Amino acid sequence: MKTVLEILVTLLILSNLLLMGSSRLGTLIRTVAAQALILGLMSILNHWHCLEWGLMLTAFVSILIKAMILPRLLTRAVREAHVRREVEPIVGFTASLLIGLLLLAVSVYLGSQLKQPQSGYASLLTPTSLFSMMVGLFILVSRRKALTQVLGYLAMENGIYAFGLAFTVRETFLVEIGILLDVFVAVFVMGIMIYHINRNFDHIDTDKLAMLKE
Amino acid sequence: MILALLLIPTITGAAAFLIKRSTVLKILLMGAALVHAACTALLWHHPIAAPLPGQWLAVDAPALLFLSITSLLFLCTALYACGYLTGRRNPVPSHYQTESAFIGYLLLFLASMTLVIISQHPGLLWVAVEATTLVSAPLIFHHHSGHALEATWKYLLICSVGIALALLGNFFLNVAASGGEGLFSMTFANLMAHATALDATWLKSAFILFLVGYGTKMGLAPLHTWLPDAHSEAPSLVSALLSGALLNCAFLAILRLHALLVKAGLGHFSQSLLILFGLLSMFTAAIFIIGQSDYKRMLAYSSVEHMGILALGAGFGAAAGFGTLLHAINHSLVKTMLFLLAGNILAVYGSKSIDKIQALNLRLPLTAALWTAGFLAITGTPPFGVFLSKFMILKAGLTGGHAWAAALALLAMTAIFIGLAMSIIKMVYTPRPAENPSDLPVRERTITLIPPLLLGLLALGLGLYLPPALKTLLIQAAHMLGLQ
Repeated sequence: MKTVLEILVTLLILSNLLLMGSSRLGTLIRTVAAQALILGLMSILNHWHCLEWGLMLTAFVSILIKAMILPRLLTRAVREAHVRREVEPIVGFTASLLIGLLLLAVSVYLGSQLKQPQSGYASLLTPTSLFSMMVGLFILVSRRKALTQVLGYLAMENGIYAFGLAFTVRETFLVEIGILLDVFVAVFVMGIMIYHINRNFDHIDTDKLAMLKE
Repeated sequence: MILALLLIPTITGAAAFLIKRSTVLKILLMGAALVHAACTALLWHHPIAAPLPGQWLAVDAPALLFLSITSLLFLCTALYACGYLTGRRNPVPSHYQTESAFIGYLLLFLASMTLVIISQHPGLLWVAVEATTLVSAPLIFHHHSGHALEATWKYLLICSVGIALALLGNFFLNVAASGGEGLFSMTFANLMAHATALDATWLKSAFILFLVGYGTKMGLAPLHTWLPDAHSEAPSLVSALLSGALLNCAFLAILRLHALLVKAGLGHFSQSLLILFGLLSMFTAAIFIIGQSDYKRMLAYSSVEHMGILALGAGFGAAAGFGTLLHAINHSLVKTMLFLLAGNILAVYGSKSIDKIQALNLRLPLTAALWTAGFLAITGTPPFGVFLSKFMILKAGLTGGHAWAAALALLAMTAIFIGLAMSIIKMVYTPRPAENPSDLPVRERTITLIPPLLLGLLALGLGLYLPPALKTLLIQAAHMLGLQ
């Protein structure tokens, strides 16, 4: 079990690097979905021995929403908007990858500074969660397409979820479901906005959305 | 009673989407607003009990205070909305949001704000704050124009990311609580009871994340960047609600955690952060108000200033608590009034540019009079309530060992007064040759004047006389929020 969890954490780190280096929107969507799937599995594996129905249910709902419904929604948005790639991001892909490695080092350092909740794979998960959040934030500010920014938001959300796993934060079932519902609606509304941006301007480049200025 | 407060706007809001007839929709909106206000008024007659440790929803003193503001403002804006919807140019452009959707989202907005105010659980609070973002985004997008689109996109993305950080803050709070004597139900009341057992480092980090996260929503600089865009592109009555009611809700969320830090003996830490963000907001506002060319943006930056004053007041600690909460009321009343009047001006002139608004006193004499009064009120001219509460906050700062911060705040306020005065005077009194045909008075509709007049009178009244019941409530609320 421990090895499985460790492999999953490693996959999480690699998926974040993939997010930093990939330009294809389809790949990005699948990667973020895979992250959500990995996190859901980890949550299930983590509590396998105690079989608490509330935890299992939230994990399943989370996989359903973040790994299945939202990716499908976003894939549709990609098709509608006729964009396949993030062209000319504000920070180039090679540079992004290098920054990604730097962020990884920073998060490992920060993670070692935090009081560790427990030993084992959780000590690996803490820096990974910080890394995921930083990658999400970085994608948010360094990419132009509205859709990529939404993916950055989701990656960050995944990172926060991972942090919750690492520290076995136990929110009540209702709150967990509420959080998932909010994330779902948020991405849904963002999807609608992307549709409108695309229809009004024939593109989804947010840096061209700059009419409102001082 | 509490359930009624939540369910009435939720159910009527959902129902509004299904109704097509304009008259029925308006009756629904007014009805829901009236019942909500009546329920809130009834709560005033109940003795306020401190929430029990296991209670997730409760109306304690701070909740009653903020609930009253929100409910009153919603009632006024609902009345204004009825006038706004009938008075639009006919036919309404087909790409606008439908009336049912507009009223539906307005009511859901009220429901989500109510939930924020009465939540006694940080997790539930988070869910509610994010919900306010999601239901208010379509309201900002009401006109479906390119500008509105940009404003809505910024609002959605910046606030969602900010609030995501607050979620991390929630997790930190959980970690802080899990160290000591095992798990307990994470309500604020329970956390307060165990305040000293919480891990200080995690608690401090949680506060930083709360301040950054909910501060984004509250419009504290430098996280305010969505605010001027959203406020200038949204329909004026939506801007009024955003500024008067929503920003307060975010402030309450920050204060709830601040109270915990004070209880845990870390009050000094959160106070200095609040002062820092407060001053930063006031100066940012001052810079952008001077020379501002769009009067709705000008009002939006004035909101940034007042949120800064509120943060500053909370940072000044015990002596300023009463004044801070009083200021929250005063600012809400006056800012809502001003945004509604801005809506009147925009409807007649069709422009948000200060330069295009000329001879307001000739074309819209009543609106111009109220607009001037509102300007005097918001800048803190006596005898309006804002003067009183600003004075209390500054005095507390001067006597409480924050003389420098108070002096800087005064400087920013003066700059803002000058900036606002120049623009307002330019709009209201433009020297012109008499007998200009375009200066003939336009018929002003009573329904769009009553709500701002009412709010203005209330703001004036609060400067002259504080009802004892309100005074008691303010003291209780300040006590519960660690401001006393």
